[in-house]
Amino acid sequence: MRAGAAPVNPTSTAMATVHLTFPPDPAYVRTVRLVAAAEARRAGVSDELLDEVRLAVGEACTRAVALHRRHGLAEPIDMAMTDGGRFTVRVIDRGPAALAMNEPGETTGAIMAQVRAETGRMPVDEDAIMANVGIALLNGLVSDLDVVAAAGGRGTEVRMSWPISRRSAH
Amino acid sequence: MELSLATRSVSDHTVVEIGGEIDVYTAPRLRERLIELVGSGAKHVVVDLGRVEFLDSTGLGVLVGAHRRLRAGEGSLTLVCPHERLLKIFRITGLDSVFVIHGSVEDATAGGTAHTARTGA
Repeated sequence: MRAGAAPVNPTSTAMATVHLTFPPDPAYVRTVRLVAAAEARRAGVSDELLDEVRLAVGEACTRAVALHRRHGLAEPIDMAMTDGGRFTVRVIDRGPAALAMNEPGETTGAIMAQVRAETGRMPVDEDAIMANVGIALLNGLVSDLDVVAAAGGRGTEVRMSWPISRRSAH
Repeated sequence: MELSLATRSVSDHTVVEIGGEIDVYTAPRLRERLIELVGSGAKHVVVDLGRVEFLDSTGLGVLVGAHRRLRAGEGSLTLVCPHERLLKIFRITGLDSVFVIHGSVEDATAGGTAHTARTGA
């Protein structure tokens, strides 16, 4: 795991970005979500939102790890946290870019209806449930959520942001 | 925090008390335990989430899978979840309509619809 902070200007309170790069291994997801919650707190996100930040970042990272493993990608996953006007987290995977075209909101309802219909009656693909429940959670937790193609044409970027309500600590 | 799993019997129910964090790293252990229980003949399983500090989609997927296996064998999976922060996750994902969720192990093992409490909406 590699981490680094890159303040635009270390002497001012200007926007700063903290980067975290981690292997596509489930063992690191906990560390990453705890770092994100700690950084959100430092940036001034209100206490009641910290659980949401922790869960949403965990879901985005879990999705990225699953994607890398499914496609046999050993490359690391990147997370970037920026404390501008809002606290913005970006989780960037290197999976097939076509996945970015699936608008998360479109599939969620249909898949959840399928889960409800099939539960207890027919086989349900647990991996599919997890992936799509993860997207449902992201949609439900984060009002400002974007899934876009990552810069460079490979992979997807899950971008989430939360309001900053307190003065940040430096 | 590590995942902890403790199993006990209450009348004709098998109660699995979970503590700690259920995520992509720890969920496989929970899945194994639940599959073992079903394999060893447990019919009515109560999963107690009272000491769970974190639950993500991977954990929800494991619970849905166990629910399906138990239902296929005429059994049941009931959840105990007294925490609003976790109930919210079930509501957001629509899974509050899939599971029967009680506020306490006593309610969950008492049986009968009179004791059925849906998520606190």
